[in-house]
Amino acid sequence: MKKIVALLLVLVMACALFAACGEKKSEGSQSDKPAGEVKPFVIGGIGPLTGGAATYGNAAKNGAEIAVEEINALKGDVQFTLYYEDDEHDPEKSLNAYNTLKDKGLQILLGTVTTSPCIEVSAQANADRIFELTPSASSTDVLGGFEDESGNITIARKDNVFQMCFTDPNQGIASAEYIKTNNIGTKVAVIYKNDDAYSTGIYQKFISQAAKVGLEVVSITTFTADTATDFSVQLADAKNNGADLVFLPIYFEPASLILAQANSMGYEPAFFGVDGMDGILTMKNFDVSLAEGVFLLTPFSADAEDEQTKNFVSTYQSKFGEIPNQFAADGYDTVYALYNAIKKGNLTSDMTNAELCEKLIGIFTSADFKFDGLTGSGVTWATTGEVSKAPKAVVIKDGVYVGYNG
Amino acid sequence: MKKLKPTTRSNIFTYGALLIIFTVVYILNNGGVISNNISGLLIPICAYVCMSISLNLTVGILGELSLGHAGFMSVGAFSGVIAASALRNVTDNGTLQLIAAIAIGAVFAAIAGAIVGVPVLRLNGDYLAIVTLAFGEIIKNLLNNFYIGVDNSGLHFSMKDTASLNMDKGTVIVNGPMGAVGIPKVSTLIVGFILILICYAATANITNSRTGRAIKAIRDNRIAVESVGISVAKYKLMTFVTSAAMAGMAGALYALNYTTITPKKFDFNTSILILVFVVLGGIGNVRGGMIAATVLVVLPELLRAVKDYRMLMYAVVLILVMIFTNNRKARGLIIDPAKKLFGKLIPKRGKGGDANG
Amino acid sequence: MNFLNSLIGGISLGSIYAIIALGYTMVYGIAKMLNFAHGDVIMVGGYVCYLAMFNLGLPAIPAILIAMAVCTVLGIVIEGLAYRPLRQASSLAVLITAIGVSYFLQNAALLIWGSNPKVFTSVINIPAKSLFDGQLVIKGESFVTVSVCIIIMIGLTLFTRYTRAGKAMRAVAEDKGAAQLMGINVNFTISLTFAIGSGLAAIAGVLYCSAYPILTPTLGSIPGIKSFIAAVLGGIGSIPGAMLGGILLGVIEILSRAYISMELSDAIVFGVLIIVLLVKPTGLLGKKIREKV
Repeated sequence: MKKIVALLLVLVMACALFAACGEKKSEGSQSDKPAGEVKPFVIGGIGPLTGGAATYGNAAKNGAEIAVEEINALKGDVQFTLYYEDDEHDPEKSLNAYNTLKDKGLQILLGTVTTSPCIEVSAQANADRIFELTPSASSTDVLGGFEDESGNITIARKDNVFQMCFTDPNQGIASAEYIKTNNIGTKVAVIYKNDDAYSTGIYQKFISQAAKVGLEVVSITTFTADTATDFSVQLADAKNNGADLVFLPIYFEPASLILAQANSMGYEPAFFGVDGMDGILTMKNFDVSLAEGVFLLTPFSADAEDEQTKNFVSTYQSKFGEIPNQFAADGYDTVYALYNAIKKGNLTSDMTNAELCEKLIGIFTSADFKFDGLTGSGVTWATTGEVSKAPKAVVIKDGVYVGYNG
Repeated sequence: MKKLKPTTRSNIFTYGALLIIFTVVYILNNGGVISNNISGLLIPICAYVCMSISLNLTVGILGELSLGHAGFMSVGAFSGVIAASALRNVTDNGTLQLIAAIAIGAVFAAIAGAIVGVPVLRLNGDYLAIVTLAFGEIIKNLLNNFYIGVDNSGLHFSMKDTASLNMDKGTVIVNGPMGAVGIPKVSTLIVGFILILICYAATANITNSRTGRAIKAIRDNRIAVESVGISVAKYKLMTFVTSAAMAGMAGALYALNYTTITPKKFDFNTSILILVFVVLGGIGNVRGGMIAATVLVVLPELLRAVKDYRMLMYAVVLILVMIFTNNRKARGLIIDPAKKLFGKLIPKRGKGGDANG
Repeated sequence: MNFLNSLIGGISLGSIYAIIALGYTMVYGIAKMLNFAHGDVIMVGGYVCYLAMFNLGLPAIPAILIAMAVCTVLGIVIEGLAYRPLRQASSLAVLITAIGVSYFLQNAALLIWGSNPKVFTSVINIPAKSLFDGQLVIKGESFVTVSVCIIIMIGLTLFTRYTRAGKAMRAVAEDKGAAQLMGINVNFTISLTFAIGSGLAAIAGVLYCSAYPILTPTLGSIPGIKSFIAAVLGGIGSIPGAMLGGILLGVIEILSRAYISMELSDAIVFGVLIIVLLVKPTGLLGKKIREKV
């Protein structure tokens, strides 16, 4: 009992101590209190802000915050209040975060950032009839209703859920086709992370598509979160099997280690990454020469010359001191896609969640709703929840992305 | 009132308190008074409370440190999910699915407990701890490579990928590292509460029986116990398997509260979290562990108020609590005055196995 | 040739585990506590070295010294604030506190240095050596790590065997009460152990980041756990055992990945650990504990 009493006491003290500054902080982050009579839409985001996946969640959060600030600064009829909650990349915590958002009056959900938590939250949001647009959870299980090769279905379609990023299978298929049609490599090695839903999802589709288009896969190797440091075995296997292209359906941190280790063992195949590879050039102190000639699929390039991207990148840099990656751009785009849809449907924040949800589903799936953002222009959404962005391959030359055309 | 044994009185007090707490929470929850956030935590709390009771049996009463308890939880979770999903073709009754899942989870976790326990329980101390850690990681690694599906012709299993399941228009239940998706969400608060009662009753019965006295004697002096002819191996294994079965039940309850679970969830960190419940509640103090589990599940949610500093604060609270409860000087500053204030309200518990004072 | 390459890869990975395990085993042997925050001290070491080199523009050696100094101080502070008050408490209470410290360091690092990964520049300028027409490649980092590991092991062995402070450490490890009666300052000795262990952690951090140059706030947790396992494998408390355990663990990890199963390599590593402990319950070089009645 002593310990319990102590625990409760410390708890009370801690809460009392920090409640005050906590409150202040939350006001600070919603500094853009709307002017005038407009009642803002309460939108919520969920992502990993602490723990091993924190870099993705924080990027998406920062991107969304910039978009909300910009929109609120217009002082138009549509204003947003954004709450962002941490889920530590854990479905259980993610559902807790979602419930917290509901307590704060959540109307529309922008999240979650990572896949497994998103599968959990989107099921609940579907039951609650809250519209959800996820920036970067790319598994088809997030949307539901997809069949695999043998016609198996794991989850029924959740009609309120839409994606801002392209799906894992899309990337797997696009990568295989891209490599084949442009003849980037003939013998392919794959290194994927087999305890990760995103990586395994892309890998599975890539392999089946490679078989279809007649791409020879000579080496398939894996790693896990616990073994994501030493890739000598995987690279040696690829090298010994004569692979001239290594496909990396993984995130950029392990990818950068693979590039460095391949370089130090004198193995120089072509490398082909997917959208998780984006961000490799934004890492502080990264030796860009290692990434020279790396192909990747990305919808976003921080070096793009258009006005919108330039503004976004400069605002992001001045605010957070880093170059934004694709997660930040997706986070930013989700807010604007929502903003455009709300404008288009003349939706108001006093509608019920279910009303908003049905109207937004209608708008997002209507043929004439097109969205121009950082990650694509003329973007539309299918009733399956997929976005119409085509995965575009770029190649890294002198530390910048260059469009690749055959 | 007739003269009751102190342990019986203490148990009656606990059951009564649990019933009252549950009734109040249940009414409040159904009346919509509790916030969504806390309401969503109720079933996980039930599961974690069972985990805390389960680990207390191993750590507190048997006196062996286990760092891989989440492994048994995951065995229960995944076997429970498979059972519930397979039953979907047979019955629509969610509660029936849940009960079957919990039973199957308990059986499989008990089997896993026996497999781990037979070779391992001859080790002692930190070496036992590290072997349980290793088993937890092995279970996680194996589950990462399991592909299980169900179609009209029954269950399919593969260790390669979903395509090699050879199913025809079926449902993939466990998809390797992506875990189980599309789980029927059938866990209910009432079943969760009954599970706590079962776990508590089982533990109380074990500790206050002949078996329990033997087990505690093993904890306190193994050699003396051996010399009076009690089979140490038998009692150790029995406790360990019971503990694993409870963890399996908790795992099934936990898993069926979500639509998706991944093997990654049941890693070393979760094992440690459960150990924290036990240590914080007082090693061997089952009720303390139950309260600690509740508090530590709610704490990170309350700390959402401090935003970015949430997990930092969590760490600070953890360290401070450990210091304040274990250091005599620090305790004198806060706890003793507090005990004077609150102590009279809390009845003295019986000597039901409090190892740590 | 492939086998040799894998073996070399295993040894260089294992020697990093070994250095971390040396710190673990020191602290465990003397203070009898599992310092789960050790891996996070490695992370701090890596970050401090990075900042000294990248932000202050210092050359490698002073940067490493700064990292060592910071980590040593950090180790003493952690010991004084979090562990010393629990000297009389059960070892499990200290274990939980150590986990609290580990969470604290990770989250403090997240707040201070941000979640975006940073790329470490290797402090080692020795070029890779190719043998047999490039069929066999030994990285400069591997040379350095293995030699540093051996030097540290010999140094620690000599230190604990022949110096006054080292003897005091062994006495404290044997029996705290008796050591105190003999006039040994137990608190100071334990602080010193933490200081040395954390200083070693800084070196391990720099070498780890040189070999695997990505800095994130959670980088220490996995090598931390693995090195803990290595220390147990070698017989916890034994200095040569930690080295042996570390290298064996690295070799088993790489070889099982290369020759048995990539997917199940974790399970294989842990399976080997279990078998070793079942055959030799106190680890490879651990002391036999005689049971007293």
